[in-house]
Amino acid sequence: MNVEILAVAVLTALATSLVGVFLVLRRLSMLTDAISHTILLGIVLAFMVVADLTSPFLLVAATLMGVVTVFLIEALIQTRRVKEDAAIGVVFTFLFSIAVIIVTTQFRNVHLDIDMVLLGNLEFVIFDRVMLFDRDLGPASLWVMAVVLAINVGLLSVFYKEIKLSTFDPALASVLGFSAVLMHYGLMTIVSLTAVAAFNAVGAILVIALMIGPPITALLFTKTLFHTIVLTLAIATFNSVVGYALAWGLDVTISGTIATMTMASFFSAMLLSPKRGLLFEAFRTKKQREHIALAGLLVHVENHAESEDAAIELNANTLHEHMNWSRAFCEKIVQRATAQHYIRLEGNIIKLTETGHAFYRTVVSDSRGTIR
Amino acid sequence: MEYALHVEDLTVAYDKQPVLWDVDLDVPQGVLLGIVGPNGAGKTTLIKAALGLVKPLTGSVLFAGETYKKVHKRIAYVPQKGSVDWDFPTTVFDVVMMGRYGHLGWIKRPGKKERDAVVKALDKVDMLAYKNRQISELSGGQQQRVFLARALVQDADIYFMDEPFQGVDVKTEKAIVTLLKALKNEGKTVIVVHHDLNTVPAYFDWVALLNIKLVAVGPVGETFTEGNIRNAYQTDTLMSHERDHDA
Repeated sequence: MNVEILAVAVLTALATSLVGVFLVLRRLSMLTDAISHTILLGIVLAFMVVADLTSPFLLVAATLMGVVTVFLIEALIQTRRVKEDAAIGVVFTFLFSIAVIIVTTQFRNVHLDIDMVLLGNLEFVIFDRVMLFDRDLGPASLWVMAVVLAINVGLLSVFYKEIKLSTFDPALASVLGFSAVLMHYGLMTIVSLTAVAAFNAVGAILVIALMIGPPITALLFTKTLFHTIVLTLAIATFNSVVGYALAWGLDVTISGTIATMTMASFFSAMLLSPKRGLLFEAFRTKKQREHIALAGLLVHVENHAESEDAAIELNANTLHEHMNWSRAFCEKIVQRATAQHYIRLEGNIIKLTETGHAFYRTVVSDSRGTIR
Repeated sequence: MEYALHVEDLTVAYDKQPVLWDVDLDVPQGVLLGIVGPNGAGKTTLIKAALGLVKPLTGSVLFAGETYKKVHKRIAYVPQKGSVDWDFPTTVFDVVMMGRYGHLGWIKRPGKKERDAVVKALDKVDMLAYKNRQISELSGGQQQRVFLARALVQDADIYFMDEPFQGVDVKTEKAIVTLLKALKNEGKTVIVVHHDLNTVPAYFDWVALLNIKLVAVGPVGETFTEGNIRNAYQTDTLMSHERDHDA
């Protein structure tokens, strides 16, 4: 295990997932995908000028390119000739392809290969170190990610109220004097900066997994924005620590295992969350269906009790045909109704008990609303 | 006399389609005004243009003689319920608190004074028991009450509400009407986009009939006449206007 690599992984996960919360809530997930690719053009253009892969200008140029991407996409949507998804698709592939062309024609001899751009290189971050007066201060990526995380935490704490309002209700934000456009571009600037910084470690494709995965997982559990943020950061940390341990144990690429962990934790949460999980929902739906079926049975029995066809309609052996239920389901509901003393059998004929009558009356008086 | 809302020569167009055509509208202080008109008459657009949410092609809007920017803290806005994501991770209390943000300004955090105001507003709309609920767990009527409470904490002079009765139960509708009348009695100006003609005389004391052009505005007794209603709901209002324009 290498603590430095793990630290870079965790810091990257924290910085990306924090801004990701707002991207998910603003439904901008795919815009992030665009930004995480087009920043390459910013890096390439800046590199043509400064010819130094470690220059901070690369970071600045790439961040600006992210904002330019957002601007171009929105300008295209404004023309009302294309929809948002198509605008994103055409703008980011265009800018990205320019970057690819420049890389393959101009920098054949420079180490800036496409694999690394797409998938990142967490394994090698420890070789690029910050030296001050001959003292080793640790990997450059560690410092970059720490600074970016500090910027994100700082800005989002200071403008928490404003970003929350403009995310939930942009129209009201504008009416109250907080420009929704300003907030949008402000957020997209720190998203770009974060994507650029994370890019080095995890590459263009996996940035989006780190940004979007932990927030969508957290949102399955939480009911306030603050709790969503706290849980998002916890999940992001968990994913990167377990992901790194897996990569180390299995000797495979770290960014791959972290992204896999991100999806694994999301799918587990989707199944198991007590609030919105699929399992609990299936359970609740089944319970509800049985409850309504029980009420339906009592209504059926009451309606036919006094009629001439009572012997046919209420015969326990053929009841499932009249209700159009499977035999097994019908027996289950009859058993339940019997166990709760709503009905009893006289020979083969089902009769309502006093308790059953009382329940029937509450069902019918309620039936304009919902069956409780 | 100073008008609470003064709209002059307001035209709004999306692409080539006119949505509002040269609207002049004066609303005196302390009235409860219903804006009615057929679908696509520009009722919502009128409110949005007044609040600077859509950019008009021509015209100007003044609030008690001042521009919107100068007095925005005195203006409350209740958008259509469907304009926000009700699955957003936030509680009833938090949403109502957002109404105080305008008074707080940038960066400043809400304190005890703001929290007290929120509790008071929630009590007024009978939603105090739900203050810690996530908004996704509310019924349509409860959502509208929350939006109303958010407008109440703004403590404004003029209230704009976009279809506050849409998708709410009868009980909530009555409660909202009572609140609107209470606001009016405190001297506030309340402007409501409304679509049910039957309830206009009972709910409002002023009415504006709109169909892209303003057909009529004034006290309900004088303005809400069969002739004006027919004019507003005639589908060829715009076409006749265009003919006038071409002539």
